[in-house]
Amino acid sequence: MNKKIIIYVLGWILNIEAVFMLPPCVVALIYKETSGIWFLAVAAVCGGIGFLCTRRKPTNMVFFAKEGFVSVALSWIVLSFFGALPFYISKEIPVFEDAMFEVISGFTTTGASILPDVESLSKCMLFWRSFTHWIGGMGVLVFILSILPLAGGYNMYIMKAESPGPSVGKLVPRVRTTAKILYGIYLFMTALEVVLLMIGGMSLFDSLTISFGTAGTGGFGIKNNSMAFYDSYYLQGIVTVFMILFGVNFNVYYLFLTRHPKDALFSEEARAYLGIIGVSILLITINIHRGFGSVFAAFHHAAFQVASIITTTGYSTVDFDLWPEFSKGILVVLMFIGACAGSTGGGIKVSRVVILLKAVKKELDTLIHPRSVKVLKLEGKPVEHQVMRSINTFLGAYIVIFIVSVLIVSMDNFDFTTNFTAIAATFNNIGPGLAGAGPAKNFSLFSTMSKYVMMFDMLAGRLEIFPMLLLFAPSTWKKN
Amino acid sequence: MKIIIVGCGKVGTTLAEQLNKEHHDIVIIDKNAGVVNSISERIDVMGVVGNGAVNKVQLDAGIEDTDLLIATTNSDELNMLCCLIAKKAGNCHTIARIRNPEYDSQISYIREELGLSLAINPEMAAAMEIARLLRFPSAIKIDTFAKGKKEILKFIVPDHSVLNNMKVRDVLVRLKCNVLICAIEHNAEVIIPGGDSVISSGDKISFIASPVESNEFFKQVGIDNNVIKTAMLVGGGKITYYVAKMLENTKIKVKILEQNAERCNELSELLPRAMVINGDASDQELLLQEGIGQTDAFASLTGFDEENIMLSLYAASQSKAKLITKINRIAFENVIDSMNLGSIIYPKLITAETILQYVRAMQNSMGSNVETLYKIVADRAEALEFKVVNEPCIVGIPLEKLELRDNLLVAYIMRNGRFISPRGKDTLEEGDRVIVVTTVTGLNDLKDILR
Repeated sequence: MNKKIIIYVLGWILNIEAVFMLPPCVVALIYKETSGIWFLAVAAVCGGIGFLCTRRKPTNMVFFAKEGFVSVALSWIVLSFFGALPFYISKEIPVFEDAMFEVISGFTTTGASILPDVESLSKCMLFWRSFTHWIGGMGVLVFILSILPLAGGYNMYIMKAESPGPSVGKLVPRVRTTAKILYGIYLFMTALEVVLLMIGGMSLFDSLTISFGTAGTGGFGIKNNSMAFYDSYYLQGIVTVFMILFGVNFNVYYLFLTRHPKDALFSEEARAYLGIIGVSILLITINIHRGFGSVFAAFHHAAFQVASIITTTGYSTVDFDLWPEFSKGILVVLMFIGACAGSTGGGIKVSRVVILLKAVKKELDTLIHPRSVKVLKLEGKPVEHQVMRSINTFLGAYIVIFIVSVLIVSMDNFDFTTNFTAIAATFNNIGPGLAGAGPAKNFSLFSTMSKYVMMFDMLAGRLEIFPMLLLFAPSTWKKN
Repeated sequence: MKIIIVGCGKVGTTLAEQLNKEHHDIVIIDKNAGVVNSISERIDVMGVVGNGAVNKVQLDAGIEDTDLLIATTNSDELNMLCCLIAKKAGNCHTIARIRNPEYDSQISYIREELGLSLAINPEMAAAMEIARLLRFPSAIKIDTFAKGKKEILKFIVPDHSVLNNMKVRDVLVRLKCNVLICAIEHNAEVIIPGGDSVISSGDKISFIASPVESNEFFKQVGIDNNVIKTAMLVGGGKITYYVAKMLENTKIKVKILEQNAERCNELSELLPRAMVINGDASDQELLLQEGIGQTDAFASLTGFDEENIMLSLYAASQSKAKLITKINRIAFENVIDSMNLGSIIYPKLITAETILQYVRAMQNSMGSNVETLYKIVADRAEALEFKVVNEPCIVGIPLEKLELRDNLLVAYIMRNGRFISPRGKDTLEEGDRVIVVTTVTGLNDLKDILR
């Protein structure tokens, strides 16, 4: 294990975090809030430590998969720790684990909150809370890759560890250019949403924070009743569309931008994703239309909730905990499916689900025709054995962590729906679950231990499990 | 530049690694998904799995806006097809590895008809290097600069040489030879010497001089630069054939040892002037009988690295012959370097270097101005020839005032056909050619010599 290089990478994380803490300071200046000083203080500390760690490039730049996974996992923990400090020091979230929970929920783009009254926070804190979504959505290390000239091929390991999806492809030969393109698309789409929301009459602050939440598929609202506050079909519609857009694999946009719009339209994953969304909206609309004044209203709210859950954003316009069981059931299924690989969303990912379903079909075929040979394909390309294996292992680890988490949280003695959906909502980086963890409730009622379990789940969910598991595996830290 | 490399064997990988370091955008294509994955994990390149001669695969790799396609798969025909299709699809430069001796006679025809920018034959390239070494046995490595007017030579300082414990600044004064020592390899270390650097016996020294000067220098240093009259080549492969063919019209008498009787017949037919001996080269008696003790040069060119190493070590114990050892696999380079194997020939590295030189020259026409490039020590020291363009931050400023990088030496300035050994007061002028020696690899432009 090359510890020096990991410290070096962590140093850069702190440097970047220091820079990211400056926008909240600006917000504090604009709204004349004194709590902005805490951001400045923490930024100074981050910058100082970061400067010390990155002052000298380590001589040994050897960097393998192990170092990649460990530095990604550690980076997110360090990032969350320092990100939580402003909340904690300013006493706006007086309990440390609550502050930590809130920030991890932000960076991992979960959007689960422990705050009973969001509106009581100062503007700069609210801004930071939403801004963490935007930072965490595309990934901090990817951001670092896009701006820093870290020479050497090892950055592929970082990209692999941080980007969601079964197999990470590059758009162009260089990781750095790829990262730049991804952030370019991300930035552009965010800006577009801000503009469209402002056209609909939203204030700049609100549209910025809402857009951050949408872009990172996070879901921190800045009002107690989330998106229901903006009672306008236009505003909610815009957010719906953008949630769906941010849940699409960013490669598709790249293909659009370059010369292959045809390939983009034929992306199997994007089609499956849109298909699932369409069917879910249809079924839920039929199921709930009696409760709403018109079919259009039912369709609108169904669409918003479906988009919010499948992209793992977690905004809500209505309390879907009050919906019929069938609709709730669909939403829970969507929680697990999640968004596309290579998007900012969480969950198991559509491409994994597609591959798994194909594998099941293939297995059935081989039972009937034992000697038949069939190659699994996704996007017209054969799925390598390696990828198949990693998907199976991912699913195995996913189920184990899920079950253990539910068991631990059950000690708090809430009903099963609460426990189950609370873990589903945090592990898949969604935010609200059902019952006690529903959209109208918050996570403050859980015990400290449950909160820590959920913090782990959120990080594991965002980093696709293995980096976090490797971090705690003893063999990672042994010599040789 | 955007470059596609088809076929990721040793040459392909070496090229990908090196070209990536020189800031080119690389896409690799190989049929083997495992190879593609492992390379694109290690090096910052994009991988495409598939047959490189298939148009769709090339399109996936972005052939439309590619500047150069290099085909280094196992098959000559596939390489040619790759280049042909790439030429049509992307109108890019193409380089193919074509190694079958049967194509050799019509290589220029093939190049012309297929529109190849370069056709490289690894065995031929290696053989040329060997032939050059046989003509100049004292050096372990020779390259030429400035169209042959200057050479860069590498040799090992013998035990009782006057050079032992001599400071570099004294070399010129005491030996009265106008040579420029530009790199010293001491154990595993490579240094670009300053005036105070000390030479000790056993070091490998690279120096630049004109052919006359280097002869004189060798004489002074106490190395007899005997002309080789007889050479023994072990193994009757392609390289041996090319070497013997090249030496056919020289005074060097060639003796070839080959195990396979049929191949011996072929060789004897192809090389009427060479002596072909059918026998096992690991048979010591045979070697002694055929005069391993008296031969002037001994080259082990069999297909097995281990055998080549053993043979060379044995030859070293039996004679003072100039040794040449062919090594196919580029691994454990530092261990191999520490053994007394004479000049070591890595055909794959030579291939990669030739292609690299072409790429640099090509880039040269697109802006950067490296004219030629030589590796003194693989990956760790290079000599580069630049053409000076009007660059205000360099031109006209005395060298002592330029903030040059560490471990970098401006070796020669060539102005109007004359060579200047630069001193601190000298300046670089537009139109000059300048030779720079450095351990900083990947310089693209003369500006890069500045800190």
